[in-house]
Amino acid sequence: MHIQVNGEQRTLATGITVAGLLKDLDIRPDRVAVELNLNILDRSEFDGRSLQEGDRIEIISFIGGGAWRRA
Amino acid sequence: MADDRLTIAGREFKSRLWVGTGKYKDFVETKKAIEASGADVVTVAVRRVNITDRSKENLLDYIDPKKYTILPNTAGCYTVEDAVRYSRLARAAGVSDLVKLEVIGDEKTLFPDTAGLIEAAKILIKEGFIVLPYTNDDPIVAKKLVDIGCPAVMPLAAPIGSGLGIRNPYNLRIILETVKVPIIVDAGVGTASDAALAMEYGADAVLMNTAIAGAKDPIMMAEAMRYAVDAGRLAYRAGRIPRKLYATASSPIEGML
Repeated sequence: MHIQVNGEQRTLATGITVAGLLKDLDIRPDRVAVELNLNILDRSEFDGRSLQEGDRIEIISFIGGGAWRRA
Repeated sequence: MADDRLTIAGREFKSRLWVGTGKYKDFVETKKAIEASGADVVTVAVRRVNITDRSKENLLDYIDPKKYTILPNTAGCYTVEDAVRYSRLARAAGVSDLVKLEVIGDEKTLFPDTAGLIEAAKILIKEGFIVLPYTNDDPIVAKKLVDIGCPAVMPLAAPIGSGLGIRNPYNLRIILETVKVPIIVDAGVGTASDAALAMEYGADAVLMNTAIAGAKDPIMMAEAMRYAVDAGRLAYRAGRIPRKLYATASSPIEGML
């Protein structure tokens, strides 16, 4: 199935969960926030939430920045 | 200065110098500069995780969230919607309700869109956020931000990254006189004397990034800023002498030949 992850099209195994995707991407769940189709997920939802065809997921974290120009 | 703590929304801070984490050469330099600055509040930006190159290290591997107060900012947000969205994501990624709220009005000056700022602050305060707004050096806007529930206000000294120092000391002094919450001068500091001056006027803290990260020796500048903020704070508390046009002798006349 096709999913948009951080703006990139990815082909993922059907039924993969948010936690599974983070594991595949080697991302520590305690350091990120996840927004699925514009709704922010609670960390407790990562394990149980399966992704669907066409979902748009954003995985964000903190980076260095004070007050910065748009990249 | 253990007896002179800064308190905002029930949280106590040791240092009156707050620092950003952008523009450093690498995370090691970031960490060393923050240590040299003595800051305990560190502001960070909210961005997409790099999913194509996972070798990249995480900032939080270098800045321990147990040791520092991580203050997420909404840098780069030009609309109320974006600033609110980034704030919510920051809260979900982090551990606290703190946000340094920025709604930027223009790419060239990076001046805040103060109308958007007030609107975004209202939404976030209703959702339980502790909103620290990056605002213009405008006393009326500062007062409005306090009226809607901001526990501190962060007026700029000059445009972000400009290093121009305090461009409008009179407005800053009016803000300091009229606004009864902590004032953190945010952005525009160029060198140590700018930071000291802000503190001498009575600012409660100073936040900076470029002045340290962009210096030839960021770690040495971080140390300079630490002393400047401490010196300025002490001078403010000690109370400066009035300015006079003519001399006043320091030595007595009695006993002269």
